Amino acid sequence: MFNLFQNVHIDWLGKRKIFISMSIFIMLAGLVSAVGRQFTPGGTDAFNLGVDFKGGTVVTAKFRQRPSDDDLRAALNGAGVADPVIQVSTNKPDEALIKIPLLEAASDAANQSEQEQQAQVQAGRTLVKKALDTFGKEAEGDVTLDTDPSTGYKIVGTDSVGAIAGSELRNKAVLATLLGLVGILFFIAFRYDWTYAAGAVLAVFHDVLMVLSFFTVFQWEVNLTVIAAILTIVGFSVNDSIVIFDRVRENLAVDRKGSLFTITNDSINQTLSRTVITAGLVILSVLSLVLLGGEVLRSFSLALLVGLVLGCYSTVAIASPIAIWWQGKIGEAKAKEALVPQADKKMASAARRSVTRRPVTR
Amino acid sequence: MKRKGLWISTAAILAITLVGVYLVFGPHGRFPSSRDFTWAGVKDNLAENINLGLDLKGGSHLVMRVKTDEYLKTLTENNAQAAVTAAQDAKLPVTGSSTVGENGNYAVALNVSDPSQNQAIVDEVKKKVDFNTWTESQGGNAITWSLPKAQQNVLIDQATKQALQIIETRINKFGVKEPTLQRQGSATSGQILLQMPGVDDPERVKTLIGSTSHLMLMKVADGQFSFDTKEAAISSLGGSVPPNRQVMPYREREDNPPGSTAQQNQKPSKWMIVETPAIIDGSELNEARTINGPGGAGNYQIEFFLKPAGAQKFGEWTGRSIGKYLAVVLDDEVKSAPVIKGQIFNQGTIEGKFTREQADDLSLTLKSGSLPAKIEYQEERTVGPSLGADSIRSGVEASLGGLAFVILFMLFYYRGSGVNAVVALVLNMLLTIAALVLIKSTLTLPGIAGLILGIGMAVDSNVLIFERIREEIRLGLSVEESIKVGFERAFVTIIDTHITTIISSVILYMAGSSSIRGFAVTLILGLLINLFTAVFVSRTIFRWELSLRPNMKHLSI
Repeated sequence: MFNLFQNVHIDWLGKRKIFISMSIFIMLAGLVSAVGRQFTPGGTDAFNLGVDFKGGTVVTAKFRQRPSDDDLRAALNGAGVADPVIQVSTNKPDEALIKIPLLEAASDAANQSEQEQQAQVQAGRTLVKKALDTFGKEAEGDVTLDTDPSTGYKIVGTDSVGAIAGSELRNKAVLATLLGLVGILFFIAFRYDWTYAAGAVLAVFHDVLMVLSFFTVFQWEVNLTVIAAILTIVGFSVNDSIVIFDRVRENLAVDRKGSLFTITNDSINQTLSRTVITAGLVILSVLSLVLLGGEVLRSFSLALLVGLVLGCYSTVAIASPIAIWWQGKIGEAKAKEALVPQADKKMASAARRSVTRRPVTR
Repeated sequence: MKRKGLWISTAAILAITLVGVYLVFGPHGRFPSSRDFTWAGVKDNLAENINLGLDLKGGSHLVMRVKTDEYLKTLTENNAQAAVTAAQDAKLPVTGSSTVGENGNYAVALNVSDPSQNQAIVDEVKKKVDFNTWTESQGGNAITWSLPKAQQNVLIDQATKQALQIIETRINKFGVKEPTLQRQGSATSGQILLQMPGVDDPERVKTLIGSTSHLMLMKVADGQFSFDTKEAAISSLGGSVPPNRQVMPYREREDNPPGSTAQQNQKPSKWMIVETPAIIDGSELNEARTINGPGGAGNYQIEFFLKPAGAQKFGEWTGRSIGKYLAVVLDDEVKSAPVIKGQIFNQGTIEGKFTREQADDLSLTLKSGSLPAKIEYQEERTVGPSLGADSIRSGVEASLGGLAFVILFMLFYYRGSGVNAVVALVLNMLLTIAALVLIKSTLTLPGIAGLILGIGMAVDSNVLIFERIREEIRLGLSVEESIKVGFERAFVTIIDTHITTIISSVILYMAGSSSIRGFAVTLILGLLINLFTAVFVSRTIFRWELSLRPNMKHLSI
C-alpha cells in the first residue's frame, strides 16, 4: 500500500505563535485595506461589490450577428468593465442584456440623486459602446440596423438597476450563518466540551475573516456567489476541526498519562494523511474550477480555494491551540481551588466523559 | 458462511439505486416508452426532471411599472372627499371640492361659502386628514392643498417599495422558486424588474402579480337597491354623484341549478349606489381562504377574517345597521350585497362564483395586501442564464475534470478498496440529485455549492474509514477485525461531523433567504445520503469480499 505521512512527529502546537502571528498579520492587512479604501476620498470601497450588491447600469443591445457570451465578456473586459453580467435574450436571439456595476466612487444606486443616476447611466452606456464598437459600428440615433447595412449593433435601451441583494438579504445571510454557528457551538459543547466548541467556532470566524481579507486586499469582486462559497467554507472548516477533536478525544480516553499538548500533536499527526488526502483532493478539484471554470465563477472558486486551504490550517493553527489553552486555564483554576499540588491539566475535560468505544489494542 | 443478511442489504441497495436512477433519468407522470432508453430520451428526461434556477438556466424577464400617477391621483381624490366630509360633519360651510390630478400636479381645493370660517375649516380638516406634507393656501372662497414635487417623489418611492414587497410575497406564496426582484430606473420611475426561472404558466403569474385585489366593505345607499343602467343610478342621485357616494357595477347572482355552469347562469350587470368612504378595507384583513359555496364545483367562495381593530369597527357598524345592505366590493365591483341580519365582527365571505384557481389566487392576493396602484407590464422577454451559458459549460467541465481526478486518485491510492469509494461517491451524487428531483427543488449556484461540500465530505468519509482500516492493519489486526474496527471508529467521527453540519444547515434553512435555503437543502440531503453510501454501501461491499474470500490475508487498500 502507498502510505503518506506515516510516523510523522511534527510539533504543530509548538509553532502556534508563528501561525497566530501570520493570521493576525493577514487579518490586519485586510483591516487596513478595508478601512483605508473605505475612507480614502475618491478611492474604491472596502470591497469590490458587484452588480448583485450595488446595482448598476443595464444596457440592452441588438446585434446584427450576436457575438458569444465569452466574446462579449472579453470585449467588455477590454473596455475596462471587470465584472459584467451578460444575459442573452432567448426569445429575441439577436439581443443581449449587459449589466455593469456602478462606476467607482459612486454611492449606492438607492441613494443617488436623479442627476447622479443619469450621469452613471450615461457613463455606463459609453463604456459598453466602447466595448461593442469592436463588433462593428453602432446604429446611432434614428438609424436602425435595417436602414444602414454598415452598422453592427444598436443600443436599444439603457437604464439603471437596483441591487438584487440589498442590505436586507446580506444581513439575513449573516444572521443565518451566525445562528448556524450557535447551533454548532452547542452541539460540539454537548458532544465534546465548551473549550473545543469555542476553538472550532473561533476557527470558523478566522477563516471567514481571512477570506474577506483576501477579497479586500486583492479587490476580487464580491457577488452573490461569494455568499454560497462562504457557507461552504464554514461547513468545511467545522468538519476538519471535528475530525481532529474526535481523535484527541479518543486518544485521551486511552492514554491518560500524556499531556494534552502532546496528545493533540499526536492526534494531528495521526490524522495527517487523512487531512492531506481529503483536503488535497477537494482543493485540487476547486483549483481546476479556478483555472478552467471561466470568468463568471472566478469569485466563487477563488473564495472556495482560499477558504478550503484555511479550513485545514485553522484547525491546527487556531482551533486546537485555543481549546488547549483554555483547558490549561481551566485546569489551573481547578487545581488552585482544590489545593492539589499537581495541577490536573492533562486530564482534559473530554477525557472525563465516559467513552463507550472499546479501548484501542495497542 | 451465512449470507442471508448480506443478500438483504444488497437487494435494498440495488432497489434504492434503481429508484434513484429512475427518478433522475426516467420520465415522470407517464409510462416509459422505447425512446426513454435512447441517449436523446434520457437527456430530455434529465433536463425535464431537474429544475434549474435563473442563474443556471434563465427564465422570464418582466419589467413592470407601478402606475404611480394613478396612485397620487387616487390619494388626492380620497383626501378631498375626506376633507369635505370632515368639514361638513363639523357643520362648517364647505360646499364641495375640486381636485387636480395630472401631469405632476396634485391638489385639493375646498369650496367655502363663508371665508371668515377658513381657519376653523383648516383646523377641523387637519384633525382628520393628513395634509402635513402638503402646501396650504387660502384665498377667498377656496382653501387649497397641493402636493410639492419633492413630496410626490417620496410618495412614489414609498409606493414602489410597498409594491415590490407585496409582489415578492405573492410570488413566494404562489411557489415561484428563486425569483430575483429589483428596482429598475430612477427612484421615481416606479419600475420593478422581476426575473423568474421557467414558470409553467407565466400568464397566471402575471395576473396574480397585477391584480390590485382591493377589498372594501361598504354600505349600500338607502333607497333603490340596484339599477339597470349606470345613468339610471346617477339620475336617481339628481344627475351627479356627490362626493360621499359611488356608483359601482353589480352582477346579481343566483345559486346554480344542478347541471348548469356559472357562466350560463349569469344575469346581466346591474348598478348600485354605495356610500364612501368604505367601512373598512383590505388592509384590515387578517386571513383569507377558499371555501366551497353552495352548488358544488365552479362555485367557490372566499372567506375572510378581520384583524381586531377592523373587527371592532365592523362590529360597531353592523350592530347599528341591522336590516341594511352591505356591499362586498372587490376592485371596484360589487361582488355581493347581503342584508345585515345581526351584528358581525370579524368574518365575512366574498361570493362571486369563482373557480377553484381564481378563488385560490384571490385569497392569496388578498392576504398579501392590496397593491398601492395598478401595474402595467412594460417589457417581457425570456432570458438566458445570468451566469452565462458559456461559463456554466466550462464550470461543469471543470467540475467533471475534478471529479475524474478524485476517482482516479482513489483507485490509485486505495487500489481494490478504491472501488468501494468510487461506488459510494457516484451513488451519493445520483441519490442526492434524485432526492432533489423528488422534492422538486430548484437548483441554483448556492445549491451546487452545497452539492460540492456534500461530495467533499463524502470523499472525507471514505478517506477517514480507509485510513483507519490501514492503521488497524498496521497495528497487527486481522483483515476482518481491521475492517470492523475501522468502520466503527471512523463512524463516530463521521456521525459527529455530519450531525454538526446538518444542525447548522437546518438553522440556515430556517433563517435564510431562498438562495441560502437552496444551499442548506442540498447539503442536508447529501449528508444524509452519505451516511448510507459511505458507511452502509461501502461496508456491504467489504462484507461481500470477506464472505467470498473467508481467509483473506491481505486487503487491497
